[in-house]
Amino acid sequence: MYNFELVKPSTLQDAVAALKSEDAQALGGGQTLLPTMKARLAMTEQLVALSGIDEIKGICTDDDGRICIGGATTHTAVAEGATGYPALASLAARIGDPAVRNRGTIGGSLANNDPSACYPAGALASNATIVTNAREIDADDFFRGMFETALDEGEIITEVKFPVPEKAAYEKFIQPASRFPLVAVFVAKFSDGVRVAVTGAASDGVFHWSEAEEALSSDFSEDAVKSLTAPDAVGMISDLHGDGTYRAHLVKVMTARAVKAAV
Amino acid sequence: MTKVTMTVNGKSRTADAEGRTLLVDWLREGLRLTGTHVGCDTSQCGACVVHVNGAPIKACTALAQELDGADVTTIEGMANADGSLGAVQQAFQDYHGLQCGFCTPGMVMSAAALLKDNPKPSEADVRHYLEGNICRCTGYHNIVKAVMAASGQEVAPVAAE
Repeated sequence: MYNFELVKPSTLQDAVAALKSEDAQALGGGQTLLPTMKARLAMTEQLVALSGIDEIKGICTDDDGRICIGGATTHTAVAEGATGYPALASLAARIGDPAVRNRGTIGGSLANNDPSACYPAGALASNATIVTNAREIDADDFFRGMFETALDEGEIITEVKFPVPEKAAYEKFIQPASRFPLVAVFVAKFSDGVRVAVTGAASDGVFHWSEAEEALSSDFSEDAVKSLTAPDAVGMISDLHGDGTYRAHLVKVMTARAVKAAV
Repeated sequence: MTKVTMTVNGKSRTADAEGRTLLVDWLREGLRLTGTHVGCDTSQCGACVVHVNGAPIKACTALAQELDGADVTTIEGMANADGSLGAVQQAFQDYHGLQCGFCTPGMVMSAAALLKDNPKPSEADVRHYLEGNICRCTGYHNIVKAVMAASGQEVAPVAAE
């Protein structure tokens, strides 16, 4: 790893100021960024650690009943603390392995937007609001393709607000070597419709499976999914673990399983 | 270089760290605590697991400067006060939970973290919890037996006996 200066602000204000300097990079839990830097696929002059900022950690419920999670909250803390949204707590409890979950954060995962990460599916299916130091961004506008988001340079995710669905489940077909999903689907049934978000499948990252959303909004059942044609394999990731057709097939299978598991 | 101080296995320890110095390198090079191993160096294998403020983390994927002031327990801190093996370590020996031993420090630290939260895990709990610790020798069966035994539960004898 190339050397850098580590900065450890204890307030959001100081972190925002530190990230204004040229070639500064925010560090969440580091479970992706540090391996990437060790492989010399990324480098920076200054790394700004967000782990010491207490004001962007923790879980609460707002006046609208939304579960609000601070951007620097670890996966372990969400798994244990997001009791008001069991499907989301379950998603967090299955990321990586215990040691990774003790460091990795929700803000880091969303800001990185790995096309196979778990949290983007949870945020998109839940119609979450991503709050930064500068503004609020709807999940529908946040994810912009592989490793791309609506975040500006130096913008920090301070909080993520999740509306709690009537029923929801996250079903993950795991790629056991990386412990990332090969394909995973988050289904969330709200009073005004169903949202289905898929991760691990498409090269552009997390996406809505709109045909399934439409079908499930009128009939929330496994059969409604089974009657659908799997999404187009064009645009799906093809690698040694599975080609695009296989992944497209898995989207349908995992959506049906998520509907069955939804509580 | 910056001086970094942590409480390591109950004692205050100080050593230099660059910005990029990983916790595992700070422990191994700075304090010469070489029990914590670097297996893959890509955050996959779990050989470098230590406890930081009570929770297991991969010491190869954390920065020493960021953890200034932390409370760290390494494999060297797992023995009893008289120097004899701790319960988890002894169970690994009794049940042949290691062959080459390279992954063992991480296995013991993860197992100890599991037993702290879940003193009587099922075999499935053990296998699930250890999914971030890779062993290329044992086939895991004896590791799982060792953890079950360390939790005081009944374990079938090892095949060699």
